[in-house]
Amino acid sequence: MSGYFKELISGTYSLAVGLGITIKYFTQPVVTMQYPMEHVKMTPRYRGHIELVRDEETGASKCIVCGMCQKSCPSGCITVAGKKPEGSKKKVLTTYRLDFTKCSLCGLCVESCKPGALDFSKDYNLASPRKEDYIFDLLKRLEEKS
Amino acid sequence: MSVFAESQTQETFVVNLGPQHPATHGVLRVKLTMDGEYIDRAEPILGYIHRMHEKNAEVGTWAQFMPNTGRMDYLHALAYNFGYSIAVERAAGIEVPERAEYIRVITCELNRISSHLLWFGAFVLDLGGFTPLLYAFDDREQLLDLLETVTGSRLTYCYYRFGGLYNDIDENFVDGSRAFIKRLRSRMPMYHNLVTKNIILMKRLIDIGPISAEMCRKYGATGPVLRGSGINFDVRKNEPYSVYPELDFDVPVYSECDCMARYMVRMDEIDQSMRIIEQALDKLPDGPIKPEKVPKLIKPPKGDYYAAVEAARGTFSIRLVSDGTNKPYRLKLRSPTFSNLSLYEEASKGMLLADALALMGSLDLVIPEIDR
Repeated sequence: MSGYFKELISGTYSLAVGLGITIKYFTQPVVTMQYPMEHVKMTPRYRGHIELVRDEETGASKCIVCGMCQKSCPSGCITVAGKKPEGSKKKVLTTYRLDFTKCSLCGLCVESCKPGALDFSKDYNLASPRKEDYIFDLLKRLEEKS
Repeated sequence: MSVFAESQTQETFVVNLGPQHPATHGVLRVKLTMDGEYIDRAEPILGYIHRMHEKNAEVGTWAQFMPNTGRMDYLHALAYNFGYSIAVERAAGIEVPERAEYIRVITCELNRISSHLLWFGAFVLDLGGFTPLLYAFDDREQLLDLLETVTGSRLTYCYYRFGGLYNDIDENFVDGSRAFIKRLRSRMPMYHNLVTKNIILMKRLIDIGPISAEMCRKYGATGPVLRGSGINFDVRKNEPYSVYPELDFDVPVYSECDCMARYMVRMDEIDQSMRIIEQALDKLPDGPIKPEKVPKLIKPPKGDYYAAVEAARGTFSIRLVSDGTNKPYRLKLRSPTFSNLSLYEEASKGMLLADALALMGSLDLVIPEIDR
């Protein structure tokens, strides 16, 4: 019988302690972010979808169309194409298509890129009900940015 | 076992628990044959999110399987990265610089804490207490922000590379880790006051869901489930890898075999992980994070290779078979929760449904890891 009352008292005490903690935290400032009104700033290393890097000298993409990114991608979501303009030795990028529906954001393409033509974007608000919205034409994005 | 379960009446009925039940944490379906409130038979049904990870490994190169490892146990992804890196490094004979080893241990242990914090919140949520989840997520959020600054992602990390790391840590990360440990140390007594010493939790966990050492051996259970049954086994101590032998930490073992023992093992593991991180941060050497020469295309010599690591849920091991080409010939993954779940049918026999859910929560199931 004494065990019963002992447990009753210690049990009630434990509940009061818990309630005390709740009251203590109730008076403290809010820790959550009011998302649609506020936005999180992504860290410099945040891995969003990839995008092309501009060559400051020429104004065009740094890509040399070697196709290493396309080869290294585990899910095959990159399509690269280029052609040689007349009188030039180097290839020029004509298409860079990223199928973001398949991308797993591993970063193997960025690592494999020798000229440093790829980088991660900081976009994260990418919700859309349509699949086509996730097929990015990165060359077009680069042109639009300038 | 109760009197009711022993004197089984002829009328039993079948209840489906899941695949969308919140307590099953994902798409696990448990077919319950019930005798009133008591469980006669609980049969876990798997395969709802099987994604052929093992077969996937055979079609890509060695490096291309790396992102998949983080997608099995999404709560302790870095341990899976770690296991796969070690296995391939052993196969291809790649040396890892010391700095990289220390950073691997630091990030892996931080990830273990975040996994245990989520388990802590979700487990108490299963038992009907909502608030502790919010406190745990507050701390976990700090951790994810910290890991994001160095790895670039928040959940499905792909941070380790064969022979090293994706990128180096900086002063901010070191200071941030120390500040986080200080913060979590000050919060741990709060967790114990709020949850561990709570009378309702004690009533729901003590002497509930016994899993004997014998049963663990029978089903191959590892991790906190095994250590909560009184067996001192931790891959970090028993088959040391990386720089764990140079760090001083204890393996928490409880021999009560009930849900409370498994709960306490995990709570103590958070403390031990904090000790490991502090020591590793103190000992962190300077130097490169990648060996000077890593072959671009890895082709391990023909043979059979094995590596095991201690993930948050138990022993995760990989067996690789290489035929000398740039693709794995066979890759077998041994995930801890698959074995831990196997004992559920035997352990839950004759239990009340509500207690069986406490038992399931104490196993810390991650379904994508069971269905690889």
